[in-house]
Amino acid sequence: MPKRIEIPLGPQHPALKEPESFTLYLEGERVAASNVTLGYNHRGIEKACEQRSYIQCLYLIERTCGICSHSHTTAFITASEEVAQVEIPKRAKYIRVLIGELERIHSHLLWVGVAGHEIGFDSLFMYSWRDREVVMDILAMLTGGRVQYSINTFGGVRRDISAAQKEQVLKAIDILEERTKYYIEVATTETTMMGRLKNVGGLTYDIAMKYNASGPLARASGVTRDVRRDDPYLVYDELDFNVITNDGCDVFGRVVVRALELMESYKIIRQVLNNMPDGDLTVKVARKVPANEATVRYEAPRGEDIHYVRGNGTEKPERVKLRAPTMANLASITYMLDGGYLADVPIVIAAIDPCFSCTDRAITVKQLDNGREGTLDWNKLREYSIEWHKQRGFDAHKIKLSI
Amino acid sequence: MSNEEKIISELTQKFTFLNEKCVIVRPRRVTIEVDRDKALDVFRYLFSEQKFDFLSTIVGLDSGENLEFIYNINNKEGMLINVKVFAPKADAVIKSVLDVYAGATYYEKELEGMFGVKVDGLPAGRHYPLPENWPQEEHPLLKDWKPKDKELK
Repeated sequence: MPKRIEIPLGPQHPALKEPESFTLYLEGERVAASNVTLGYNHRGIEKACEQRSYIQCLYLIERTCGICSHSHTTAFITASEEVAQVEIPKRAKYIRVLIGELERIHSHLLWVGVAGHEIGFDSLFMYSWRDREVVMDILAMLTGGRVQYSINTFGGVRRDISAAQKEQVLKAIDILEERTKYYIEVATTETTMMGRLKNVGGLTYDIAMKYNASGPLARASGVTRDVRRDDPYLVYDELDFNVITNDGCDVFGRVVVRALELMESYKIIRQVLNNMPDGDLTVKVARKVPANEATVRYEAPRGEDIHYVRGNGTEKPERVKLRAPTMANLASITYMLDGGYLADVPIVIAAIDPCFSCTDRAITVKQLDNGREGTLDWNKLREYSIEWHKQRGFDAHKIKLSI
Repeated sequence: MSNEEKIISELTQKFTFLNEKCVIVRPRRVTIEVDRDKALDVFRYLFSEQKFDFLSTIVGLDSGENLEFIYNINNKEGMLINVKVFAPKADAVIKSVLDVYAGATYYEKELEGMFGVKVDGLPAGRHYPLPENWPQEEHPLLKDWKPKDKELK
């Protein structure tokens, strides 16, 4: 038997974007066994929710994740509204779907970039992240925020979509669709992509089902499950879209699924904008929420996000439980790593589009050096950063940018 | 007869002790309360006969004298059954469902750490999500748990 070498990967590692720790046991260059340790990001959001009102919880839960923030708030607030037995206006449901799909585009484009980066294809990373700016600007225009949209409120949404905004979104979607077609072509014909991604990180249909994988990871193993179609929430039962699957069962299949899902999102957004009914944005909700419970499933960009809310007749929930999609896909990770090459480990981990902050539900808050609290706008933050580096001997102004 | 009613009638035919224990909350949402000793049989039946082959998560709750565990299981058609299992705090032991749902490891580890329940049949290993040096007797999601560290208050 060849000698086994134990390699720790993480919690802090250049190939990983978030703190998680893998222990890899190598035989030669192949991974013979692996295990994963998590919890580095645990912030106690569920416990904190029990001490806050529903509307405070909403903004706290938004901080669960920096990418699928809308997924978590929508799942939470839909569950809370079900507990409170409130039916929100149809226009508000349409706006929630619109933001949700824009978020999916933003997340999938981000993932295409990360996947490119992990295999050393940094041009793809730069291209897709440049295009991601288009959708982030649209989100900022519609909601006021690029990352935390805060469009949801208890009983509806905060902001309306004007006719001019609708036109701008449609225009942006046309641009993104054109770009996505290019990515689909690159992803499916480029020899580097195929060479690096085919037959890597294999996950058969049976194993995906056995370990209850979800989202694009499961769909790339031929599992035709999508909460939007199976257990429709908001207005997904009125929309026409396809559930994309692929039988590749490897990282390449996951690229194809995500790229084609982008096209479905464009389709959904056009339908939403063109069929959005007029009407109110919110309904009034009593502050005290009855003792009742609800479970809501939501198809986040990474898979099924599930929120459970139980009320107790007061202004604060009795229990809030959230399970992010990465948690469902964790059980499959070590299976996919085993038997593969060490060099493929980063892309296999990245291929589930992991979000360990969601999974651990944690947050890091940094204070200014002197402990002062306050808000910094963009310019002040920039000045602060330049000053901070200057004090440490690095002056950005001294660098000559011209050649 | 709706799909929900059909599943409940087949379920109560097979397990007579589930009579009056099944509720249709809304379309595609069913709640079942089951005794912790009989839960595994119900899970096995729902998994193999009714094809509820996907365990989404396990919700733990502290409801006073009892601990409550809600297993969210669903099928291809999008129906979600919340299977509720209770365990008194004085005898906080439940059986692991790993035999039926292989992906349950992390959900059950989370219950062990957060609620201090002993999950019978769950292999020992690293904690999740609490760190390895977390005090054994502290379980943060119990209602009477308060952070001890001054800074955390």
